[in-house]
Amino acid sequence: MSVINETSLVERLAARFGDMLTVKVDRNEVTAEVAPRDLIAVATALRDEAGFRFTIPIDVCGVDYLSYGQTEWDTDTAQGDSFSRGVEGEAMGRFTWADRPRKVEQPRRYAAVIHLLSIELNQRIRLRIFCEDDAFPIVPSVTPVWPGTDWFERETFDLYGIIFDGHPDLRRILTDYGFVGHPFRKDFPLIGNVEVRYDPEQKRVIYEPVSIEPRVLVPRTIRNDADLDQARAESADHWREN
Amino acid sequence: MEEIRNYTMNFGPQHPAAHGVLRLVLEMDGETIVRADPHIGLLHRGTEKLAESKPFNQSIGYMDRLDYVSMMCNEHAYVLAIENLLGIQAPIRAQYIRTMFDEITRILNHLMWVGSNALDLGAMAVFLYAFREREELMDVYEAVSGARMHATYYRPGGVYRDLPDQMSKYRESPWHKGADLKRRNSWREGSMLDYLTEFTNDFPARVDEYESLLTNNRIWKQRTVGIGVIPPEKAQAWGMTGAMLRGSGIAWDLRKKQPYAAYANMEFDIPVGVNGDCYDRYLVRVEEMRQSNNIIKQCVAWLKANPGPVMVQNYKVAPPSREEMKSDMEALIHHFKLFTEGYGVPAGETYTAVEAPKGEFGCYLVSDGANKPFRVHLRAPGFAHLSSMDAIVRGHMLADVVAMIGTYDLVFGEVDR
Repeated sequence: MSVINETSLVERLAARFGDMLTVKVDRNEVTAEVAPRDLIAVATALRDEAGFRFTIPIDVCGVDYLSYGQTEWDTDTAQGDSFSRGVEGEAMGRFTWADRPRKVEQPRRYAAVIHLLSIELNQRIRLRIFCEDDAFPIVPSVTPVWPGTDWFERETFDLYGIIFDGHPDLRRILTDYGFVGHPFRKDFPLIGNVEVRYDPEQKRVIYEPVSIEPRVLVPRTIRNDADLDQARAESADHWREN
Repeated sequence: MEEIRNYTMNFGPQHPAAHGVLRLVLEMDGETIVRADPHIGLLHRGTEKLAESKPFNQSIGYMDRLDYVSMMCNEHAYVLAIENLLGIQAPIRAQYIRTMFDEITRILNHLMWVGSNALDLGAMAVFLYAFREREELMDVYEAVSGARMHATYYRPGGVYRDLPDQMSKYRESPWHKGADLKRRNSWREGSMLDYLTEFTNDFPARVDEYESLLTNNRIWKQRTVGIGVIPPEKAQAWGMTGAMLRGSGIAWDLRKKQPYAAYANMEFDIPVGVNGDCYDRYLVRVEEMRQSNNIIKQCVAWLKANPGPVMVQNYKVAPPSREEMKSDMEALIHHFKLFTEGYGVPAGETYTAVEAPKGEFGCYLVSDGANKPFRVHLRAPGFAHLSSMDAIVRGHMLADVVAMIGTYDLVFGEVDR
């Protein structure tokens, strides 16, 4: 998404907030990392001060960086006995709850990501707040600044278990009443933990452990080759021809 | 003294005015709402998690099923996000096709909205009229993709295939025969673009019909004027976009302000409301249909004059033609790799938004370089709108809640995801 004046926005951010933000520009999008303790001050300033005026809270969502960059299919070295079939690994479609991945390579696992929009200055910004404790991820709630983030924070709590300190009503929102766990975490199996059916003997709906086998059709791979540079060049040519 | 308590009422999820699967728990003081607590998630399918377990292209079809009355706009956001990360751009003809189908989708959505909202508020006829036109536009969907709703037509790098030269016709059957059959097929002699020309010439008169049923209708105005007033500051604070924001008098439209596809070359106006009530939002949406009709006209004219490729000729992202595969070894390999493994997307993240009929539909995409997305988050406009329900309906009557649900233009496919 093209953000107008993204360079001057970066300058304004640096001038106003200094070390409180780590600002990065990638593909014309401005990303700022904020520590949880500074969030409310930064958010209030971003909403109210001239040069920012981010009056519309577009989105709040969670990201779980567990297994970031992990693959199931090693493609760096081709061997005589060809590639593996890619039937091992820890993609979330593969495991059951009992053998879920536990390794964490990233320094911090959970992040809440806030997207903001200023219609006055036609600019966007992304705030990323890493949770300091993986076992008990908690960030301050921005609902006092933008009431519209209420449900987005509830959703993030529901799906990732990130707790928003100061949220007025932090209930589950998308999952079923009485759901256990936070399903969008990378160590939550894609097939889930329980399945539900009607039991004619007990004459009620019952929950049971899942009976289906997890499986993955396409293994997750990362190829670091020049394909995409070429792709970009080709499509750029193409665009000009038209 | 007699003890007086507020009454708690359960509304939905099986109520026809709940637009699908909304469950509202309403605390009532007589017939006045004291507190509204929407319960959502009854249609939660975990689309975002499913997308993380599949190669990029296999999730395009899921996007249709989010907001299932504005299918191609959802695809557009997702496909643009992938293109953004890949750093590719669709050919210009594909951009125009996308623009045209975005607007067809907008009309489809607004027709559904005007019909069902009027039905909720007691006007039966509009619904029947609106579905007549929806039928005609869904035939266009079918003509390009083979599916009347869930098209999966947009692909990273362009669109699946070029527009058909021949619009399909009705065959004689016990239901379509004689003069009726002739009338139905009269638009369908030429290509799909000819059919759309006929449609766009005809459509403004049809919008006049809906307007003559509603705009000055006394009952309609009693149900909508002054109901659900949202001041502009409040609309912003609650993250509202699209017609909800424009109804409150803010001229904000991504098609103008942050143009994508071919919108920069299109001439159209952004209608805005004055009072921010349900009636203004109705007027805004009706005018948007007329504007969309104009955009379609402009696209049709351009597309008729400018043939060209509709997909990048880059086999790392887009499949080669079947014909090529039969003779060219490399094309066969590309095809095999694309459909067994997909393509890797460079590591990075992007938030890409389009002006969907309901508001800003965005896709936040994080890639770690793999052939599957690391994280997909879909920003659904309806989700943000519905979250303001409690703040807006307090003090309104029960019947106004129905008007409010209608004016939010809710579709639970996108709210619950």
